[in-house]
Amino acid sequence: MTVQQIPNSFRTGPDEHGHFGIYGGRFVAETLMPLILQLEKAYGEAKADPAFQKEMDGYLAHYVGRPSPLYFAERLSAYCGGAKIYLKREELNHTGAHKVNNVLGQILLARRMGKQRIIAETGAGMHGVATATLCARFGLECIVYMGSVDVERQKANVFRMKTLGARVVPVESGAKTLKDAMNEALRDWVTNVDSTFYCIGTVAGPHPYPMMVRDFQSIIGHETREQMQTAEGRLPNSLIACIGGGSNAMGLFHPFLDDNEIEIYGVEAAGHGIATGQHAASIAGGRPGVLHGNRTYLLMNEDGQINEAHSISAGLDYPGIGPEHAWLNDVGRIKFLSATDDEALNAFALLSKLEGIIPALEPAHAIARVLNLAPQKPRDHLMVVNLSGRGDKDLETVARHLDEKMKS
Amino acid sequence: MRLPPLRGRIREGGHPPPGARSTVRVGLPLKGGGNWSWTMSTRIDARFAALKKEGRAALVTFTMAGDPDYDAALAILNALPKAGADVVELGMPFTDPMADGPAIQAAGLRALKAGQDMKRTLSLVREFRHGDAATPIVLMGYYNPIYVYGNERFLTDARAAGVDGLIVVDLPPEEDVELCLPALNAGLNFIRLATPTTDDKRLPAVLGNTSGFVYYVSITGITGAAAPDAGKVTDAVARIKRHTRLPVCVGFGVRTAEQARAIALGADGVVVGSALVDTVRKSLDPAGKATTATAPAVAELVRTLAQGVRGPLKSS
Ligand SMILES: Cc1ncc(COP(=O)(O)O)c(C=O)c1O
Repeated sequence: MTVQQIPNSFRTGPDEHGHFGIYGGRFVAETLMPLILQLEKAYGEAKADPAFQKEMDGYLAHYVGRPSPLYFAERLSAYCGGAKIYLKREELNHTGAHKVNNVLGQILLARRMGKQRIIAETGAGMHGVATATLCARFGLECIVYMGSVDVERQKANVFRMKTLGARVVPVESGAKTLKDAMNEALRDWVTNVDSTFYCIGTVAGPHPYPMMVRDFQSIIGHETREQMQTAEGRLPNSLIACIGGGSNAMGLFHPFLDDNEIEIYGVEAAGHGIATGQHAASIAGGRPGVLHGNRTYLLMNEDGQINEAHSISAGLDYPGIGPEHAWLNDVGRIKFLSATDDEALNAFALLSKLEGIIPALEPAHAIARVLNLAPQKPRDHLMVVNLSGRGDKDLETVARHLDEKMKS
Repeated sequence: MRLPPLRGRIREGGHPPPGARSTVRVGLPLKGGGNWSWTMSTRIDARFAALKKEGRAALVTFTMAGDPDYDAALAILNALPKAGADVVELGMPFTDPMADGPAIQAAGLRALKAGQDMKRTLSLVREFRHGDAATPIVLMGYYNPIYVYGNERFLTDARAAGVDGLIVVDLPPEEDVELCLPALNAGLNFIRLATPTTDDKRLPAVLGNTSGFVYYVSITGITGAAAPDAGKVTDAVARIKRHTRLPVCVGFGVRTAEQARAIALGADGVVVGSALVDTVRKSLDPAGKATTATAPAVAELVRTLAQGVRGPLKSS
């Protein structure tokens, strides 16, 4: 038996076939394969073109509002009584989440490629809103696929997308959530190959998406490095972020992967609890399989049929995880934890009251684990949480949940 | 730090070794030292050779294993050759069929709901083979249920059950090391889809390890969508034939005998799927259960389609 060596660097992936260890790859229908190769080439050229980076930087500064602050959460830190907790304020970006970092990159790329029609899948609606926003800005047609369950629980975002001129298509197949929205977006892409650019919202899908989305989101981690140096004169001791597909987490983590002394935690959605089977924690409760163009950990049954995920947070309600996370789990570089619906709701309320920041339910999962981790750390431990989005979109869900609690 | 055997799970299917080229051509050294293109002849090869002598195109049918339940699916399967199906494609149900339209999505979900899984799909083939030793059977579906079953075990069991070929929608030539090459080694045909987006530059890679026949997807789109333009299809088939001597079958969007006839004039075979699974759906009772009309209704449509395909004798 061969023992997997710890690689010299955790930051060199993927290989030329899009593999991170055994994960990733390009498991798509032949109709899409030429498009994916074309995208890979176009992205490679854009990445090497200083003009592309310069254009990105301009919009990131003046349209998105970067850099986002790295904020010392004084009262949360005092409450936990351990680590010094910093929040990376991605919720202050234009459109209210980290999603816009990636969408900006992909839309500028779509323009370079001459694509006029943009499609996207969305769960919580934040990726859909970011896509609709940039399509409005650049005068592109925008179609967003969204599970009908999510359309119902994220009404405010549906209205935002429509206001921005996007067409929102409710998806009625399967569990009617994010996975099904992605199936439907892929079906659209297979049909409208020439005109259409598929703007994927997380570090998943066929190569080059996991790599490309990671690259666009890595600005989160790069800024954090500099900002922490300025604030504390050194690097953080730990990083923590919630995991849906894993894009906000990978954006924060990737620039730090080779700083081996830094602890890195990803927090999956445990829904009603891992033991109940009603959750969205693919590392904790899944196995390697192939879906949506990549090999990764998936929630599925003995026959390889994909299970429906469950989370109170629409943005984490997905039965898979990005392939690079799957690999970083296997080689032990990222430690994956989970938080239940109730823990996330509790953290949502707590952060709102302590810091005057209403988080989205997604990063509330990360805050929930901070409440356990931070007290165990010494006072000079610097912990960074990715506050990936703001909670306005979730107020109705939380209110409904509290109502039901009061009644029962 | 944890040091798991990173490649453990994938061994059975094979992960591209470093530097492996994914577009391996015929002539690749296989187990037993041969070149598979002349060491192996399957029921598929025999059937197309026979049809060529007859001077007509093949009718290739697609139905879903276990739709609407195991017994009804077996009755349908058994009725197909008599009704005029020359090659039988049997769908392996999957929860997330990303290249399929509503009709085949629904068929897969009906089958899963009735308890279909990979074991039962292979057992359907086995039971069919008791009564039919000649009609080629091709399993068609998505990779995950195969991967989870275990690639090596799947190939062994499929071959033993009497499967002749595989179509796996989400395994492009870039991933040939996964299942295509092991399938060829195991004596199964690996039938690839070529599409309107597969240009002349890419065709050799797509055809490289393809065997049995080539499945030309006549439209960019999902199954059951728009009907193809017969003239364009004829041109596309001619283009593919400049690159291969394999038979070329055409599918996606063919529903009627007239369409089948038009396509058959310019191709070696016509694939019909959504129309057949729609017929299954329409035959069900209000509770979604099979009726005495289910298998006969499918057989009736196949007879009509077969007349369409056989209609005008192709000039040889
Ligand atoms: C605010 C917020 N955070 C996190 C996520 C989860 O996605 P990812 O894991 O790709 O960051 C979403 C997805 O909708 C989101 O809206």
